[in-house]
Amino acid sequence: MFEQIEGSQAVAKAIALCRPEVICAYPITPQTHIVEGCAEMIRTGAIQNCEFINVESEFAALSVAIGSSAAGARTYTATASQGLLFMAEAVYNAAGLGLPIVMTIGNRAIGAPINIWNDHSDSMALRDAGWIQLHAETNQEAADLHIQAFKLAERLSAPVMVCMDGFILTHAYERVAIPDQAQVDAFLPPYQPRQILDPADPYTIGAMVGPEAFMEVRYLAHDKLLQALSVIPEIQQEFKEVFGRESGGLFHGYRVEDAETVVVTMGSLAGTVKDLVDEVRENGAKIGVITLCSYRPFPLDGLRHALQGAAKVIVLEKSLALGFGGVLAADVRTALHGRDTHIHTVIAGLGGRPITRKSLARMFARVERDDLKDPHFLDLDLDIVRREIDNQRSQITAGPIAENILREIGPCGPKAV
Amino acid sequence: MVSAAEMLSVAAFLEGYHAQAFPSFGSERMGAPVVAFCRLDDKEIRLREPVMTPDALIVQDPTLLHQVDLFNGLDTRGYLVVNTRRSYRDLGLGDYVKKFPPHHISTVAATEWALEYIGRPLPNVALLGAFAAMTRRVTLESVMAAVRQKFPGKLGDDNAAAAAKAYDSIRTN
Repeated sequence: MFEQIEGSQAVAKAIALCRPEVICAYPITPQTHIVEGCAEMIRTGAIQNCEFINVESEFAALSVAIGSSAAGARTYTATASQGLLFMAEAVYNAAGLGLPIVMTIGNRAIGAPINIWNDHSDSMALRDAGWIQLHAETNQEAADLHIQAFKLAERLSAPVMVCMDGFILTHAYERVAIPDQAQVDAFLPPYQPRQILDPADPYTIGAMVGPEAFMEVRYLAHDKLLQALSVIPEIQQEFKEVFGRESGGLFHGYRVEDAETVVVTMGSLAGTVKDLVDEVRENGAKIGVITLCSYRPFPLDGLRHALQGAAKVIVLEKSLALGFGGVLAADVRTALHGRDTHIHTVIAGLGGRPITRKSLARMFARVERDDLKDPHFLDLDLDIVRREIDNQRSQITAGPIAENILREIGPCGPKAV
Repeated sequence: MVSAAEMLSVAAFLEGYHAQAFPSFGSERMGAPVVAFCRLDDKEIRLREPVMTPDALIVQDPTLLHQVDLFNGLDTRGYLVVNTRRSYRDLGLGDYVKKFPPHHISTVAATEWALEYIGRPLPNVALLGAFAAMTRRVTLESVMAAVRQKFPGKLGDDNAAAAAKAYDSIRTN
């Protein structure tokens, strides 16, 4: 049934339909509304047979999730930004132990300087931890991906992060079809753990593994994520059969078939890009967009195939590897290795900077003219940057950069939208 | 303000529109200036940029009128509702609003009506009533239904009454 609902509440309802048995989380913006919604449903009895565990930190949240998942309970948690970093050690452990925990990331920038707004720095920082990472384009897809995530996690015995853009999705009200319980029950069978910690029949998980076996164990973890490349589309298809909707999969293409230029992006930004693609196509430009849903595992072969007709590829990403450049762009370059495709890296929207059609259209035009330096930083104010570089060079006591920039922009600067 | 955008989106949804409401994600502290946006359309709304050229602007706090560039992007074919007892001339906006069609601008004493009907200075629902009356994009009935969905019971009824009061004040004007 369609509801006009906040993204976070839609996700909370989707989680409830998955019959979780343990939910533990520590509040952090912009994820908080999701676990508040879950907690409320446990209090009112809308979620049955589920324990909500209050914890003292994100590290504790995921540690409790590891314990409950190992004990055989379907387990859910959510976090963002510094919260994800604070639980980083447990993130690797959950994957290493093969525990099918589902965790929402309300994608948010990482400090310092402190910033509560959206970009993809947080989940990107943990991209190599052995979790499957799925990115939602809309709130409908965010809700649907959580239902798929439990099935995927439990089929592979691997944890899944469902990433959704903080505020842009978590706090947006839009139309979402909330499935009914019978549909979800038909799609998602009860959890049958591969391993259960049971005091009556004790055994050890998480043993020390030395040089004689560690390579093999790690290789198998890699192989498990590569298996997900075929399991993710299977589950996408199974989902479609039950719910009648296209959600999830490895990536979605939009007007890519005849496109000479293809934008590759992730998350909610795809909607804005699609609107712009329609606009510029009216002027004859052959452009399309590919939205990655599965970032880990990364669909190298699928993407290479999908981009075979593109002369130019624009990787539009909300992440920056400091001292290197684009994070997603590096993966796309690996996928297109050996081809003479022109690949442009465009870093946009860091710390919640609005990404507008106007700025994207200007950037597209520069790509058409082959007039874009790589990497390109969308809407970066170069004058301010240059002045601060000079300032830092010219005086040893130049002071903190973030505060200097804030002083220069002022409280109502043009970027303070 | 965020609730107003949410309720407007629900009212539009009840009439079969696609609607998208979202806050400006400003500083999360009470009292800070807040902007919230709402888009209505007949088809799926994919765009995620902030609304930069609104068709309608609802100003909940008139003390912001001369502090922030509120009217940036508002087309003079659009609609303007300000929560105030004063006239646009008294607010120093007499010349500015002359550019709009007369039935596209209004002032409503929404805070007073909120105090009268709800007992608290929460003007957003009354402003939605005024918006519905002026733009005719959503009906008063849908606004009242959205309000009652958000605030079940007496609070919803009181808010709906404030919306109806504002709606009638525009329609009989």
